Amino acid sequence: MATLETIETPPRRETWRSTTGYFLRRYPLGAAGAVIVAAFVLMALLAPWITQFDPTLTNPRVSLAYPGGDHPLGADFMGRDMWSRIVYGARISLAVGLGSTGLGCLFGVTIGLTSGYFGGWYDLLVQRLMDMMQSLPLLVMALVMTAALGPSLSNTIIAIAIPLVPSVARVIRSNTLMLRELPFVEASRAVGMNEFAIAIRHVLPNTLAPLIVLATAQLGSTILVEAALSFLGLGVPEPHPSWGRMLSESAAEYVRVAPWLVIFPGAAISLAVFGTNLLGDALRDILDPRQRD
Amino acid sequence: MAAYLIRRFLLMLLTLFGISIVIFALLRVVPGNIADILFSAAGMINPEDKLDIERQLGLDQPIYIQYVQWIAGLLHGDLGYSYVSEKPALDEILPRLPISGKLAAMALAFAVLFGIPLGVISAVRQNTLLDYVLRVVSLSGLSLPSFWLGLLILMLFVRYFGWIPIYTEPPKTWWNELVLFSIPAAAVGFRSSALMMRLTRSSMLEVLRQDYIRTARAKGASYAKVNFVHALRNAVLPIVTIVGIEAAFLVGGLIVTETVFNIPGVARFLVEAIKWRDYPIVQNLVMFIAVCVVSINFLIDMAYLALDPRIAYEK
Repeated sequence: MATLETIETPPRRETWRSTTGYFLRRYPLGAAGAVIVAAFVLMALLAPWITQFDPTLTNPRVSLAYPGGDHPLGADFMGRDMWSRIVYGARISLAVGLGSTGLGCLFGVTIGLTSGYFGGWYDLLVQRLMDMMQSLPLLVMALVMTAALGPSLSNTIIAIAIPLVPSVARVIRSNTLMLRELPFVEASRAVGMNEFAIAIRHVLPNTLAPLIVLATAQLGSTILVEAALSFLGLGVPEPHPSWGRMLSESAAEYVRVAPWLVIFPGAAISLAVFGTNLLGDALRDILDPRQRD
Repeated sequence: MAAYLIRRFLLMLLTLFGISIVIFALLRVVPGNIADILFSAAGMINPEDKLDIERQLGLDQPIYIQYVQWIAGLLHGDLGYSYVSEKPALDEILPRLPISGKLAAMALAFAVLFGIPLGVISAVRQNTLLDYVLRVVSLSGLSLPSFWLGLLILMLFVRYFGWIPIYTEPPKTWWNELVLFSIPAAAVGFRSSALMMRLTRSSMLEVLRQDYIRTARAKGASYAKVNFVHALRNAVLPIVTIVGIEAAFLVGGLIVTETVFNIPGVARFLVEAIKWRDYPIVQNLVMFIAVCVVSINFLIDMAYLALDPRIAYEK
């Protein structure tokens, strides 16, 4: 958020409040997105305090309980409280979303920065490799990766992170190519800095804006891919409550008798992704002036 | 020009060769092959039988020999045998292809039919209430998981029509097929139309600022003619170039939607094959998807070269 405020702050006297107010007026949709994302983060952090039941606790007496009373969002076939499962599910979704986006960006930035800055045969080789990885749809690549790694929370994160690498590497590389020709790089070289130090100290910080835009945009799609993988039974395994898997469990049998088992987890996924997408759009408008309408 | 074409074509072959190695290697680091699955499921198979199974399936050979065998077979049109059904992989894959193909074509048609006109309207009415509503709708299209959308549609049908529109037997007439496929196609296409709409909007906004648009307006061309003929024709070029991305997008949607609607297409088949570690099916299907995406991108590059004379000049 720090970058966002320094860039968008109007020239008049700046306070925390005036900046926020300006953001609200200029980007109402982005502000709504920020609120949604913040709500999900809070939900994940405060999970034990805002739920009454353990998300894995089964209770046959409330099997398929109607929403209301002790179970505001109802209970599933095994009598597990839906509200708890949704709240704890936010932890899984955010862990996978942030984890895989972070990991993908880490690899992508390293590859993009080095290949763009040093060029040569290394750059050629890396570009071909990125081409190959991009010829497979994200979900297909993630499916094959989960099959290769086996089902677990950390493997799901890796399986979603790897397919993200090429798009990050591409953006960082093209930015680096442009930046390394600029006078300040030459100046650093003239004062005797070594090449690695220039790449990290001077080029890298300047690629931050496009990286933030890209990472926010990818966050939503990683959450969606996790949901899809878990829905297909190849993502995060039990006992973790994953929104996607809740849908695959309830879909077939309970669509008729317990529609709330289908509605709530899906609504949670959609809202979380919608929030990150709104925020991502606003950040792109702010940080990437070329794309501004 | 010809040199560029040839170079681009050779690069495409190189990419596909690389992908084949990656796919093959990834599937071989899997902990547990089909013999292990049979072994643990049946419980009492002794290790010798397991070795026997591995020998039959060629899994005891060194990895590079398995790879050469696969590629050699592929070039002869022999895709090997499915481990699960023991039928030729080609016979398993081919009948399922048209089903997914039809579904993809209908989803794409849906995306173009809704995405492009709405994108144009959104751009023309930039920053009006209509634009905001359309932008929120398109963004929600990108946020709804297509399998959930499919499930919601199923629920509504069950509730209000008492009928579940899922695939149970091959439809008898083309009309039945159209009706049956239109629902999942809409579930997949909604997401694609959202992507298309956003791209059309930003591409249109770019074009609407050009001088020739002002000229067209100045000479008195009608509102519809300026927006839908002068502007859209120029804005469509960048939209065409992302059909490759769109195709990749569609595959993801097909995988989950075929699962929801119980449609026996290749996309659902891929998931089942992955669960069963049915290597011959998985590697051939993934390779097939890669070939599709890569050749679509190649064709689009060519089309772009043909459609936009400015690019040919620079080469």
